[in-house]
Amino acid sequence: MSIFVDETTRVVVQGLTGRQGRFHGLRNRDYGTKVVAGVTPGKGGTDVEGIPVFDTVKEAAAATGANASFVVVPPQFAPEAILEAAAAGIPLIVCITEFIPAKDEAMVAALLRRNYPGTRLIGPNCPGIISPGRCNIGITAGEIARPGGPVGIVSRSGTLTYQALFELSQQGVGQTTCVGIGGDPVPGTTFVDCLAAFEADPETRAVLLIGEIGGEEEERAAAFIAEHMTKPVVAYIAGVTAPPGRRMGHAGAIVSGSSGTARAKMEALAAAGVIVAQNPTEAGQRVVEVVARLS
Amino acid sequence: MDLKEYQGKDFFRRYGVPTSEGRLARSLEEADEAARALGFPVVVKAQVLVGGRGKAGGVRLASDAAELADAARAILGMDLKGHTVNEVWIEPASQIRHEYYVSLTLDRAARLYLLMVSSKGGVDIEEVARTDPGAIARVHIDPIDGLSGDVIAQAIEQAGIGEGREHMPEVLGALYRAFTEGDADLVEVNPLVVRDDGQLVALDAKVTLDDSAAFRHPEWQAYRADEELDSREAIARARGLNYIGLDGSIGIIANGAGLAMATLDVVQQVGGRAANFLDLGGGAGAETMTAALDVIAGDPKVQALFVNIFGGITRCDDVARGIVAALDSVELRCPMVVRLDGTNAREGHEILKGVVSDRVIVETTMVTAAQRAVEEARRASA
Repeated sequence: MSIFVDETTRVVVQGLTGRQGRFHGLRNRDYGTKVVAGVTPGKGGTDVEGIPVFDTVKEAAAATGANASFVVVPPQFAPEAILEAAAAGIPLIVCITEFIPAKDEAMVAALLRRNYPGTRLIGPNCPGIISPGRCNIGITAGEIARPGGPVGIVSRSGTLTYQALFELSQQGVGQTTCVGIGGDPVPGTTFVDCLAAFEADPETRAVLLIGEIGGEEEERAAAFIAEHMTKPVVAYIAGVTAPPGRRMGHAGAIVSGSSGTARAKMEALAAAGVIVAQNPTEAGQRVVEVVARLS
Repeated sequence: MDLKEYQGKDFFRRYGVPTSEGRLARSLEEADEAARALGFPVVVKAQVLVGGRGKAGGVRLASDAAELADAARAILGMDLKGHTVNEVWIEPASQIRHEYYVSLTLDRAARLYLLMVSSKGGVDIEEVARTDPGAIARVHIDPIDGLSGDVIAQAIEQAGIGEGREHMPEVLGALYRAFTEGDADLVEVNPLVVRDDGQLVALDAKVTLDDSAAFRHPEWQAYRADEELDSREAIARARGLNYIGLDGSIGIIANGAGLAMATLDVVQQVGGRAANFLDLGGGAGAETMTAALDVIAGDPKVQALFVNIFGGITRCDDVARGIVAALDSVELRCPMVVRLDGTNAREGHEILKGVVSDRVIVETTMVTAAQRAVEEARRASA
């Protein structure tokens, strides 16, 4: 099994006719993902390499049975695109768009919470989600992932996610699902959401969590792990040396005052029984060791 | 983007937040002129992006022209916690009856806006939070509902606002507009004072704008023009790079913010210190790589370069071609260690073979590459 997506996931790409949407949508299809439709207002009736394009998500879903959306549109249009997918009844929305204003993100989160509580948003500003061999929605290079489990990965950082997938695959350790939750201040899906899903997924037997400075997400993950997780968790937190008050790339990656430091997060995770690695390579090694002990 | 006090007050005025009137001065003459126009006594305030300016000697009262000259001379050009003061804000001294604290920000854990109000303003609010947390009212706001009368009443009640409370709803409403319509990540007023005429006035302004919202705020250009950056940061921004200057000797180039942060960490773990944070972003072609090498190779602190690339969508062969092309146009002052891994790493290494020397070194793992870069830097500075 996997979490949030599997081989029955049918994807509509919002923004399929754009440069990015076309590139990643077709790559996802090449990987074996069921990319069944595209949506671009005004371009309904056309197609992108055989994938039918509709004017609205509602029409696309009705015609193709799409049950997941991949939002790949510019930041000015992404909030509306996410809400359109939710209104059309799409239960899973993956948004990779970077630089959405924080106020728009907060409003989207509030509207989803109030009007569409059953909808899961992954992202924005994330690499997406991949269940190796079954489904890949987003920009992860499918060839660096390895099917078969038993490791679940959840990460706030894109490149570190790829690095983790690659290192595990190189050592013959597969993944059940890898979720990039994104580095923005208001992620649709949190570490805790993913940890709970991995804990419930019988195929996942160990979890790798990749966090970074800023916010309290890692501390909340630590509290959840201490209370609810029976499966081993390995963690790496980027930004030990980050100076306070400077934003490091991701909107969320900022140390403000005494909160949000990598040290505090590492200590909280270690106290919850998590194996905390000092760098991404060591994290990979620790996961390999954990998996070797599972059998 | 963080705004300096005078910019923050300009921002506040746009949304109707009452602020003290004042003038900006960059020289003794301008300061004198401003003070005479405003009328003594005046307050002279250093305009730099650091907290605790008062304690550090960056805020002084002047009751006549002689005192003003002393104050301006002392503050203009002073070093305030590592920042040189080039501008002072001069405003009439207020007769203050009470000092409050007010701020609006996003509570990420709750996914709601957070309004904080305290009757203990004018002092370090983090200190208040530690010693007397009950003195700070914390009220959440759902973005859909906005700032309701109930929320305002609750905040005023919890914070124990006395004098000036009749003006508080209007001020909070204006601040909320500044926060939401103004796309600020943070608006903070400390102190919000009750003047002797009973009016509430923002005596200070701390504002952080959400850079992602710049596309709908052409008026921010003016703030941007006044922004003081480490000049290398300004050059890097102009070339589309995400760069932050630090004080070590290892120049860092990485793709992705997470990997760049991890690279800084690994360099420290093996005994070195990074000279910068530099995230190439998604692409890492010849143009981006040339820009990155330009920015970092020109930094006199840098004794060795560490290029750390993990190919996901970015392909290592493209990155390698970018490095080769960049080396054609940029003169390397110091050795460069390259680590390429991920998609098409083997092809990338093949391409780099043409430029490998004792100055351009290829390593296969992040840790060994960091070790090598630190060794090279030590050798260079020995």
